[in-house]
Amino acid sequence: MEYGPPPFFKHGPAPVVRLAFFASLSLALLVLDARFHYTEGLRNVLALVAYPLQRIATAPSELGRRIGDYFATQSALREENAQLRARMLAALQSAQRNEAAAAEGERLRRLIEAGEKLKRHTIPAEIIYAGRDPYALKVVVDKGTQHGVVPGSPVVDEAGVVGQVTRAHAFTSEVTLITDKGQAVPVQVLRSGLRAIAFGGGSSGLLELRFMAPNAEIGDGDRLVTSGIDGTYPAGLPVATVVSVERDSAHDFARVLCKPAGGVDRGRFVLVLSGAAKPAPNFGGAEPVKPRRLVPRHTRKNDGARSR
Amino acid sequence: MALGPDSPQHILRPVRLSTIATSFAIALLLDFLPWKDLRLTPDFVALVLVFWCVRQPRLVGLGIGWTLGLVIDAGNGVLLGQHALAYALLAFLAISLSRRILWFGLLQQALHIAPLLAFAEAVTALVRLAAGAEFPGWTIFVGPLIGALLWPLASVLLLAPQRRRVNPDETRAI
Repeated sequence: MEYGPPPFFKHGPAPVVRLAFFASLSLALLVLDARFHYTEGLRNVLALVAYPLQRIATAPSELGRRIGDYFATQSALREENAQLRARMLAALQSAQRNEAAAAEGERLRRLIEAGEKLKRHTIPAEIIYAGRDPYALKVVVDKGTQHGVVPGSPVVDEAGVVGQVTRAHAFTSEVTLITDKGQAVPVQVLRSGLRAIAFGGGSSGLLELRFMAPNAEIGDGDRLVTSGIDGTYPAGLPVATVVSVERDSAHDFARVLCKPAGGVDRGRFVLVLSGAAKPAPNFGGAEPVKPRRLVPRHTRKNDGARSR
Repeated sequence: MALGPDSPQHILRPVRLSTIATSFAIALLLDFLPWKDLRLTPDFVALVLVFWCVRQPRLVGLGIGWTLGLVIDAGNGVLLGQHALAYALLAFLAISLSRRILWFGLLQQALHIAPLLAFAEAVTALVRLAAGAEFPGWTIFVGPLIGALLWPLASVLLLAPQRRRVNPDETRAI
């Protein structure tokens, strides 16, 4: 380095070299994250850096909402109270009936030596903001691993399934809505018992049943509930209502569109069904159930589509 | 410090590192605000990054841009590396264009900034489309345009700590 530049002209590597270095580093990270999901540790560390800033950024709107709640008028509160009381009575009644039916089901299950259904505990949560990714349909709720949320837990509201926890941080978790393009829910037609998988329709806000035979027994207004055979969603939760069935002989499959039952794009309060998410052995008793991958390989590339 | 032939020239104080750090922190805060529609929201971190890359290419560069991108990715819960890649490219372009951009007035500078920010947005979109996401519509390019419109304001605000007080000394000899 006899003829090298004097030290005050040295600026480190050339900008193009730096660009190549950082670009390849980012590409490597992207591939590791999108393909192999190896970057969760790094992500958690970085999320810790971002968390205080996020907290401060969301504080004013949270405060505004709290103040709004505080100044709710008394008449509105009394009205709401009366409504809630009436709904609680109805819910209690159906819960009692449900309890009796559950006990009966349990006995019958034991009779046929089927595996017992796993109990889940519910965590009430509040949606604090919509997901910060225009490319995926997500919301962020205010409960995290500290409150017992585990990734993969289904999220429901009073009307039906809303989504699935795809990433749980310490105090918040990201819920991918069932309408997200990479999300899939195993469903069953309530009327005929036909099993299917409902895929998210993306920004249209609808769900689509793929791979339905053109002569499948399904029609407008049919209600879809979770079938429970995946072990992630408990059976019997309302998912959607069929709004249109196109049977075109030019295609191999019927095109079935459904409208989600839960408040996917509205509402503030949800329940996270956490806890055991593994299928019981010999579930259902009648037929062996293979552990099924919820999302096919070609859609797993989307980082939101993670089913555990 | 517009060096244009007709523009007045002010000598600025040297920048303090705390100013740069604070501006990035505020930009991150603005980015993390609960915006209604992210597609129409300008990316404040990208704007501040371009500003410092143009003004202080020796101090702020690809490394800082890349790190900020990672923080944004983790904070937003998106694919790790998409903003890091976009910001590294953005910083590179801003540094290479910095001498040219500073020649112009603030409004013409904004005209240079708009394609830069739009390019960064396009890089992010390309990464997500390659990862299998759905294209969220052309409105994603509204955010960068609004960001470019904010450039004059951002320049005035970010240069404020470096400005000297206008204090003409009447009794001075020269």
